[in-house]
Amino acid sequence: MLETLKEFFSFTDANVTFVMIGSILIGASSAVVGCFSVLRKRALIGDVISHSVLPGICIAFLLFNSKNPFVLLGGAFLSGWLSIIWVDYIERNSNIKSDAAIGIVLSVFFGAGILILTVIQHSGNAAQSGLDHFIFGNIASMLRQDLYVLSGMSLFLLIIILLFYKPFVYISFDRNYAVSLGMPVRFYDFMLSSITVLAVTVGIQAVGVVLMSALLITPAVAARFLTSKLNYMLLIAALISSVCCIIGTFISYTAPSMPTGPWIIVVLMLLSMLAVFFSPSRGILINKWRQQKNYRKILEENVLKLLFQLCEKTGFKEQEWNISQMLDKRNMGEQQLKQTLRRLEKKGLVEKKSAEWTATVNGVIIGKRMVRLHRLWEVYLTQYLKLPSDHVHETAEAMEHILNPELEAQLETILNKPEFDPHNSKIPYQDE
Amino acid sequence: MIKQVPNPLIEVHDLTVSYHTKPVLWNIDFSISKGQLVGIIGPNGAGKSTLLKSIMGLIEPQSGYVKIFDKNIDEIRDRVSYVPQRESVDWDFPASALDVVLMGRYSRKSWFKRYTKLDREIAFESLDKVNMKAFANRQISQLSGGQQQRVFLARALAQQTELYLMDEPFAGVDASTEESILQLLIKMTKEGKTILVVHHDLQTAFKYFDWMVMLNTSLIASCPSADAMTEEVIQNTYGGKLPLLSTISNLIKQKNLPIRE
Ligand SMILES: Nc1ncnc2c1ncn2[C@@H]1O[C@H](COP(=O)(O)OP(=O)(O)O)[C@@H](O)[C@H]1O
Ligand SMILES: [Mg+2]
Repeated sequence: MLETLKEFFSFTDANVTFVMIGSILIGASSAVVGCFSVLRKRALIGDVISHSVLPGICIAFLLFNSKNPFVLLGGAFLSGWLSIIWVDYIERNSNIKSDAAIGIVLSVFFGAGILILTVIQHSGNAAQSGLDHFIFGNIASMLRQDLYVLSGMSLFLLIIILLFYKPFVYISFDRNYAVSLGMPVRFYDFMLSSITVLAVTVGIQAVGVVLMSALLITPAVAARFLTSKLNYMLLIAALISSVCCIIGTFISYTAPSMPTGPWIIVVLMLLSMLAVFFSPSRGILINKWRQQKNYRKILEENVLKLLFQLCEKTGFKEQEWNISQMLDKRNMGEQQLKQTLRRLEKKGLVEKKSAEWTATVNGVIIGKRMVRLHRLWEVYLTQYLKLPSDHVHETAEAMEHILNPELEAQLETILNKPEFDPHNSKIPYQDE
Repeated sequence: MIKQVPNPLIEVHDLTVSYHTKPVLWNIDFSISKGQLVGIIGPNGAGKSTLLKSIMGLIEPQSGYVKIFDKNIDEIRDRVSYVPQRESVDWDFPASALDVVLMGRYSRKSWFKRYTKLDREIAFESLDKVNMKAFANRQISQLSGGQQQRVFLARALAQQTELYLMDEPFAGVDASTEESILQLLIKMTKEGKTILVVHHDLQTAFKYFDWMVMLNTSLIASCPSADAMTEEVIQNTYGGKLPLLSTISNLIKQKNLPIRE
């Protein structure tokens, strides 16, 4: 394994070098094109095109009886384009929605493609072997000449995107506005559709018809999780995709019976899952962690509020409370309460004396603030939104954790520092 | 109550627009003169957005035409700017407020070039005019609805044109910002610019606009605001459906609404 790895990456074998460069270019170009499909909310269009190129390839092979890459890719390109036009036509001239139109066109083309492919395979035509590479993709065993063509096309795609970056961004974000600026939007639409078809046509050589839309879309989605800058998104998508293509190709290289496509996609999925889970800005884990943190903060604030209210009830004669006294006042789990108290203790907001808890000076400040915000908000709702006073408690319960000091100051000013809340409880201000 | 004006800046002639054969605008025919702040008023689904899109040439009308500066829209696109409704785009798009506003600096000659220093200055100025300068580098997905609306407005301002068509620029904007944007629009009309604003709040409409185009599939009125303020016009525009109507007829009876000169 290690030996092959060395051999593969030492570039002593010129063939390997070409395969590598080819994989990088194909991966990068389809990922960058895919970014625009995703941004234009047309992620499924890659699926239609990739399934629809199959009949084109087969018919081109039958007509010219050749596996010349230009012939096959030409056929693929034409039938790919035809499928887009058909989807557009159905959408425009009927009530059928885009997803249904895509489903119809995709199955018709793919069905026809499989049919013709079966006919070819049973015809005993010796040249036909290798056509099934289009189903699963196999870049590692590709001819040098084919690789040149594919790499050239990928490079061409990347240059087109670089050149038309600005108008492509405009029409992806706000097509109507682009028209209003007087941009030749139809031309750019045509360009974007064409490069999508071209990217798919090139990419199916690496991953095959069925998995092509994954190669187009997945890197873009993963990249979007990692950045919110468009140029970085394109770059990251290209990078992810290239790396996956190299790994997939390497696996094919070591085990020649392994098709490239599925391996590329498996690695791609793994990397994307990592991005989706661990992205530092929008990842699932960080979101869960933020939720958890908020939840804990709310619990802590509620317990401090509870301690304050208990003291308030006795006119601040009593300051120390045990667990059961607290649970009597507020409905929460005993374990939860104990855990929260322990966290508060670590933060120096409460202290424990024998079995009784008391809030420290800093703890009192927070508890008092919660009570104040709660009551101010209730006043606000009854005065400004004219809600009856028995309807305001629930929202105030949530608002007390949301209001920041600026909003608190505003609230105090608009309400003119009221003394009592709608239930006639005194509002405790900090300086009292 | 449809008043045609001499030497119109916009002439909408007998316009009929349909979506999939369902007519949305019927024989709309009105004209607007230069330097006016015009309100386009009507209930939801009245066809206000469709009217703006037809004027901008984004939709092919079934019949009729629109002339701006006596020309077809395609000849004078660099003199007109458009503020679409906020909901018309996906705000999760990876871009900053400044990126969006810079789009207003597109020019046909330099579609592939980078933005110049002047472009950036104008973009910042435009953001400043709508009180959004502090948010220039913020991702648009993180802005509130009202802030996103103002980014769209700034993008149109950055185009520095003579005519502005704005689809609900006040939607989701808080009261003090609405007032400051209104002052900005008034200032612009004083400088000779013409501004069409789709607006749904009838009560403020009479105060805000010089001229009103009242719409409900067909054209109900196109006249100075004071003339549009009749029970008949409002009744025809909003039908009996409007709960606000009684308050507004009361307002009209009092007849002492402050109407700007
Ligand atoms: N793209 C569309 N396809 C079909 N019907 C549409 C489309 N856009 C708007 N409509 C319909 O046209 C009517 C007018 O819409 P619109 O101009 O958006 O109204 P407004 O802006 O006054 O609320 C509505 O009934 C709406 O459902
Ligand atoms: Mg509208």
